[in-house]
Amino acid sequence: MEAVKERETGIADVNENQYLTFMLSGEEYGVDILTVQELRGWEDATPIPNSPSFVSGIINLRGVVVPIINLRDRFGLENRAFDATTVVIIVKLAGNDRERVLGIVVDAVSEVYSISGSDLKPPPDMDGAISIEFVKHLATIDNKMIILLDINRLINEGIFSKKETADLDVHEISVEE
Amino acid sequence: MSVDLDQFKGIFFEESFENLDAMETGLLALSEGETDLETVNTIFRGAHSIKGGGAAFGFDVVSSFTHVMEELLDKMRNGEMEADFASVNILLESVDVLRELLKAFQDGLEPDDQRALALKLKLEEIRDGASGVSEIATDSQIEVEAGDTRDEEIIGWTIHFLPYENLLQTGNDPSLMLRELAGLGEMTLQVHTQRIPPLAEMEPEKCYLSWDIELKAPVERDAITEIFEWVEDDCDLDIQPVVQPVERRKMERRDEERRTGEGAGLERRKEDRRAVGKDAAPAPSATIRVSTERIDEIIDMVGELVITQSMLSQLGEDLDLAKLEKLREGLEQLERNSRELQEGVMSIRMQPISFAFNRFPRMVHDVSQKLSKQIRLETSGEDTEMDKTVMEKINDPLVHLVRNSIDHGLETPDERLEAGKEEEGIVRLNAYHQGSFVIIEVSDDGSGLDRERIFTKAIERGLVKESDELSDDQVFRLLLEAGFSTAEQVSDLSGRGVGLDVVRKNIEGLGGSIDIRSELGVGTTFAIRLPLTLAVLDGQLFKVGNDTFILPLSSIVESLQMDQKCISGVASDIELYRLRDEYIPIIDLSKTFSINENPKNMENALLVVVELGERHVGLLIDELLGQQQVVIKSLETNYQRVTGISGATILGDGTVSLILDVAGLIEMSHLDQNNGGKQQKMANNNLVLQEQ
Amino acid sequence: MSKVLIVDDMASMRKMVSFTLESVGHEVTQASDGDEALGIANNNTFDLVVTDVNMPNMDGLTLVKKLRGLANFKFTPILLLTTEAGTEKKMAGKAAGATGWLVKPFNPDKLLATTKRVLG
Repeated sequence: MEAVKERETGIADVNENQYLTFMLSGEEYGVDILTVQELRGWEDATPIPNSPSFVSGIINLRGVVVPIINLRDRFGLENRAFDATTVVIIVKLAGNDRERVLGIVVDAVSEVYSISGSDLKPPPDMDGAISIEFVKHLATIDNKMIILLDINRLINEGIFSKKETADLDVHEISVEE
Repeated sequence: MSVDLDQFKGIFFEESFENLDAMETGLLALSEGETDLETVNTIFRGAHSIKGGGAAFGFDVVSSFTHVMEELLDKMRNGEMEADFASVNILLESVDVLRELLKAFQDGLEPDDQRALALKLKLEEIRDGASGVSEIATDSQIEVEAGDTRDEEIIGWTIHFLPYENLLQTGNDPSLMLRELAGLGEMTLQVHTQRIPPLAEMEPEKCYLSWDIELKAPVERDAITEIFEWVEDDCDLDIQPVVQPVERRKMERRDEERRTGEGAGLERRKEDRRAVGKDAAPAPSATIRVSTERIDEIIDMVGELVITQSMLSQLGEDLDLAKLEKLREGLEQLERNSRELQEGVMSIRMQPISFAFNRFPRMVHDVSQKLSKQIRLETSGEDTEMDKTVMEKINDPLVHLVRNSIDHGLETPDERLEAGKEEEGIVRLNAYHQGSFVIIEVSDDGSGLDRERIFTKAIERGLVKESDELSDDQVFRLLLEAGFSTAEQVSDLSGRGVGLDVVRKNIEGLGGSIDIRSELGVGTTFAIRLPLTLAVLDGQLFKVGNDTFILPLSSIVESLQMDQKCISGVASDIELYRLRDEYIPIIDLSKTFSINENPKNMENALLVVVELGERHVGLLIDELLGQQQVVIKSLETNYQRVTGISGATILGDGTVSLILDVAGLIEMSHLDQNNGGKQQKMANNNLVLQEQ
Repeated sequence: MSKVLIVDDMASMRKMVSFTLESVGHEVTQASDGDEALGIANNNTFDLVVTDVNMPNMDGLTLVKKLRGLANFKFTPILLLTTEAGTEKKMAGKAAGATGWLVKPFNPDKLLATTKRVLG
């Protein structure tokens, strides 16, 4: 009874999770909405010397220094110039021993979907742009395929090297092809 | 009503650890033969306070343990017992045990009380040994309840209460006591006024009334005696039960009630204990204690800030050119307000370095016993204040240096006598302010550094070449290089280098530096220089390419426009600049930071000469901007450590700018001696210019 | 509501006592030793003083004696916070002029009940 009611009011039931989806080079990706802190327009970031190319730099987010990750670059997609319409998704993640706030640059934000657990499919072996290890599930909505990212894993393993305190070697984090 | 006291646990732990430190300091003084009563008092008070708090929070192990310590110390205080070597050592051990117990409680763990119990027995032995008789549990709270097996039921009490005339003078008030009695049940009072003197003789400060009271309340005698507890010697008091015989059955029920009552009590206590473990679990947050004076000052400053703000906003409402001067004044005032406020808030973080020094008496005590060396620790400048965070990070390096002085600096008593010195060696800790820096010195009056042996060893290790001409300072600094000393510790000299490179790295990581002074046979001093705070710094802004960076103003020696004639290449990728009598290696920041890989035209380029300890390097930059105080933000919070960058800050226009870390830059530029190989000849970049 | 002065060198104890008394609406002033308390007492009046016995600078018994010497504190209830249950200590407190004592371990309910006896 309660579940029905929730569905009616548009609130996710217990088996559903909400995902924010965004576009990247024509494909739609989703991240768990609970990790999303806010959305911002692109602003110039201060580059960090000798950082990997997918680290665009750092910005001032109300007094907090937040690194910005260029997801196109990280996924080995063709880079394109950022402009005022470029969106930065600020995500908040539980790291190995602390919470971290980062911005990820995407082409555009798409939708918020409630997707129930039964609609999720395991990722197939795919030849896509990104390594399979950062894909949690695939979901099909209105005949569109949405790639749901494991954002924690992507950031903690794909962006930051596992040995976090060690100096980051640019070549160590090469893009998976 | 119930009051939740758990919120005070944190402060209790903090305070108790401070008390333990104070007790330790006092005990060490005792072990050195001091007999000052105040010292014993301080130790006693420490134990006493921990006991009180421990009991309040239900840390029974702690309170029962401190109780025995307290009794022992009380005997010392009263001169019934001597503070001999053995008992002081046991007490020192007790301090350690207490520290462990409290840490466990703080972490929300059930403490391992085996050691505590064993030590408590020892303490009791000493305590009882002192008096010659074993005391019979004076602290026992268990009293046999008289009349527990009565056959009659109490239904009430009659009380005769005749206060002596002086009862009021202790601040007790009969009317309040009577009111409390009335709270127990139905009460009838008979007041006797015959003691009241004629009005003329009456003294208002005296009590003339007395009462006979009938109380219909089936309460225990204790409930009544408790009310009169404080005045029992200041009055005639007679309390008699009013009883009526009980039927057997009723009595049994009462017994049963009492039993279940006790059972419930036990149950509750168990729950309490569990709660202890659970509630203490969250990690203790670091707190700073601040005097109310400082807080008041800050509140005043905020007040001024608010006034300025309202003045400015009023100006802004209808601003015309005539008011421009007023606006300027207002902005100046705002600048002053915010600077004062910032300083005020920063001062909260400042703590006297005695917090860091205090651990050393114990360490020196322990280590000197182990090494059979006689050592006196002298400290000065304990009041020197520095940022709490810096102080926390300097602890380990300091411990290392002091240990180093004891292990390798000071000679054995025999060697000292032979050298014509006193048997007792001295380790000295000193601290003072120098500009925006704190200097901390660790000195010993030991054998001093042997320049030749260090030099020879450095050649063996491949750190320098035999042909290198080095000053004493430069030779001593080799001790701080990684790879100077290895596991091989054949001589005391080699041991001296163990881990000193780590000390240097830690200190440089804090934006500080370390210097060594030594005279053979006389002693050695390690001087650590640290910024007063890690939260703000005075920065020099400059540009490399389009990017703005910041250098700590304190690290800048000078900046100059380069003269082509003074530039000379040494290795393929290293160039030196001759500045007066010194060759300074040049770091091209646009290359180091991969901003522009094309080699820069050095002619007329800007060079900022910075110093790290006693080394100088020149940074090649494009444009010098202004200077300003900046708030340091860590890059590691959301990103990670970046070599050559010590942090970031937010500039007035809201953009982020990076703060350079000179030590890291040197490392990156392969100018560091540790990198060996072809850069070795660059090892001593302060090379004194030789005659050509 | 009453004005209470609490004197203890342990901030945790001081805070617990204050917190407990404030929770029933009393106005509490804190001092960390006898010296400080006496300084405060010189310029203020209180309805109740609760003081620890063992403190640096000026202990609780001395404080009680000095307070009793002040006109404002002649009849003010003064309670000693003590871990000692012994009669000797209690008598010393009485002799100094203390109204009564509270035996630790600190128990909020007990504190409130007892302060009622002197504050009404």
